[in-house]
Amino acid sequence: MAVRSSATAASVGLPAPIAPGAAGAAWRRLGRLRWGVGGAAAFLVIVLSALLAPLLSPHDPLSVDIRNRMAPPAWMDGGTPEHLLGTDQIGRDLLSRVIWGGRVSLLVGVTAVLLSATIGVLFGLAAGYFAGRVDWSIMTLINVMLTFPFVLLALAVIAVLGPSVPNMIMVLGATGWPVYARVIRAETFALRERDFVTAARALGMSHPRIVFGQILPNLVSPIVVVATLQIAQIIILESFLSFLGLGVQPPTPAWGNMLGEGRVYMLNSWWIAAFPGLAIFITTLVLNLMGNGLRDWLDPHMKL
Amino acid sequence: MRSYLVRQLVQLVVVIVGISILAFSILHVIGDPVTLLLPQNAGKEEYLRYKHLLGLDQPVWVQYWKFASRAVRGDFGKSWYGNTPAFPLVLERMPPTIYLTLSGLGVAMLIALPLGVMAALKRHSIVDTFCTMLAVAGQAMPIFWLGIMLIIIFAVRLKVLPASGYGTWQNFVLPAFCLGAFLAPLTMRLVRSGLIEVLNMEFIKTARAKGLGERVVVIKHAFRNACIPVVTVLGLQFGQLLGGAFITETVFAWPGVATLTVDSIRNQDFPVVQCAVVLLALIIVTVNAFVDLLVGLIDPRIRAGA
Repeated sequence: MAVRSSATAASVGLPAPIAPGAAGAAWRRLGRLRWGVGGAAAFLVIVLSALLAPLLSPHDPLSVDIRNRMAPPAWMDGGTPEHLLGTDQIGRDLLSRVIWGGRVSLLVGVTAVLLSATIGVLFGLAAGYFAGRVDWSIMTLINVMLTFPFVLLALAVIAVLGPSVPNMIMVLGATGWPVYARVIRAETFALRERDFVTAARALGMSHPRIVFGQILPNLVSPIVVVATLQIAQIIILESFLSFLGLGVQPPTPAWGNMLGEGRVYMLNSWWIAAFPGLAIFITTLVLNLMGNGLRDWLDPHMKL
Repeated sequence: MRSYLVRQLVQLVVVIVGISILAFSILHVIGDPVTLLLPQNAGKEEYLRYKHLLGLDQPVWVQYWKFASRAVRGDFGKSWYGNTPAFPLVLERMPPTIYLTLSGLGVAMLIALPLGVMAALKRHSIVDTFCTMLAVAGQAMPIFWLGIMLIIIFAVRLKVLPASGYGTWQNFVLPAFCLGAFLAPLTMRLVRSGLIEVLNMEFIKTARAKGLGERVVVIKHAFRNACIPVVTVLGLQFGQLLGGAFITETVFAWPGVATLTVDSIRNQDFPVVQCAVVLLALIIVTVNAFVDLLVGLIDPRIRAGA
C-alpha cells in the first residue's frame, strides 16, 4: 500500500551528482534556509512567551472584568487600550489568555511528540533491522493505524478515557507513532546493508549494541525533522479536541477551547474566536517552516 | 496479475481484522463498558451482575469473537441512548458525509490542478513562488478555524451564504471550500512535482522533436502520466480526506457521521461510536484497495514491483 511505495522512495536517498546550475540551486537552498531560520526564531519567541507568561501577560488570564465584557480590540470603536485584543464573553483579557494558552498547546505538543517518537523509532528500528516476519507484523500494524484517520482514533480513545491533559498526551502520543516508524524503517533498511554494520556484526557485537550504538546515531536527522513537523500536527489536533470540548477543560486557557467558546459569540464578537485560531495558525506555520528548513539543512535528499 | 490480486486481497483481510480488533479494544480493553454504563453510585454486586449480563466476565477472545461475528452481520448492538440499533443510525448519516467529501475533493481539484500545472511549467516564476507560499500556509491552517472565519466573513458579515444547514447548494459552498482548502496544498504539490518529473523524461523530448505543439505535449503526453502519482497518493490519503471532512462537519453542524459520532461521544453512547469508527474505516480500506487496483491496471510496473 502507500506505506510500501513511499518507504522505497525514502530508501533511495542517495546523494545526487552535482547538476549543472548548481550555483542557482545553492542560492535557492539558502533562500529556503532563510525561511527556516526565520521560522526557528519565531518559534523561539513563541516558546519564550509561553514560558514567561506570568511576566508578559498584562492581566491574569482568569480574572473577570464584567464591565468590559466582549470589548473589541483596542484599535476598534469601543475598544480600550487596557485590553489590546479585546475581552471575551465574561471580560477576561484575550491577549493574556492567548499568551497563557500557548503553554498547554506546547506542553501537549512536545511531550506527545517525545512519546510517539520513542515508540515509533523503536518499532521502525525493529522492523528495518530484523526484516522478515517482524517487519511484516509491524508494517501490518502501521497499515491498520494509518487507515484510521488520526482524528477518529484520538476521539474514540478520549471518549472512553475521559478528557484531561495527561489522557490527551497519552492518546496523541500513542496514535502518532506510525509516521516515525515508517521513516525510520526505510532508513534502517538502507543502513543495515552498509559496511560498518557488517563490520560490527563480524566483530561480534550484540543486536542491541548494533541497533542503538551504530544505526541509531545515523538516524538523528530524520527523527528531528519528522518530530518538528509532527509537533505542528499534534498542536492542531489538540486544539481540535479542546475545541470540541473533549480536550483541555475550561477555565484553563488553551487555544482550542477558547476557539470553541468564541464560536458561540461569533455573531457579535468575532475577535473571541479569531485570535486564538490565529495563534494556532502562526505556531503551526512557524513549525512547518522550521521543519522544512531543518530537512533542507540536514539532508536535502530526504523524502518525507 | 492474479498474484497481485491475491496479495492485495490478503492484505485487505488482514487490515480489516486489525481494524475490528482496534475498534473492539478501544472500548473493552482501554475502557470498562460496565463502569461507563452504570451510575457512579452502583454497588459491587450490581457491577458483577451487569458484567455477567453483558457477557463481559468471559475471556477477552470470546468477547471479541462475539463482537466480530455480530458486526459482520451489521449488528453493533443497540444505542445506549436511544435504544435503537446502532447500524441503521450510522448508515442514515453516511450520505451527507460522502457528498461533503466528494465536493471537497472537487474543490481541491479545481484549485490545485491549474495552479500545480502552472507552477510546474513556469518553475521558479512568481506563480510558482506564490503556489509554494499558498501550500505552506494552507498546510498550517487549522481547518476548524478556517471554517469559523469563513462563517464570520460570508455568513455573519456579508450575509451571502448560510452558516450551517443542509439541503440546498448554498449549504455546500462554505463546507466544500473549507475541506477543499485542506486538501488543495498537498494535491498542488503532487501535481507540480509529478509534472516536473514527467516533463524531464525522454518521451517528452521525442514528442517535442516530432514537432508536436506544446499544448499537445503538456496535456496529452505529460499530464496523463503525471496523474498516476496524484491518483495514487490522493486515493491513499482518502483517510486524511475523511478526517478533514470529519472536522469540517463539526464546524458547520453538517448532519453527517462526524456530528453523530461527536454527539454520541458526548452522550457516552459507545455502540454508535464503535459502529461509526468501523464503518468509516471500512470505507477507507475499500477505497484504498480500489485505488491500488486501479493504479495496478493503469501502470503494469507497479504490479510487478510491489
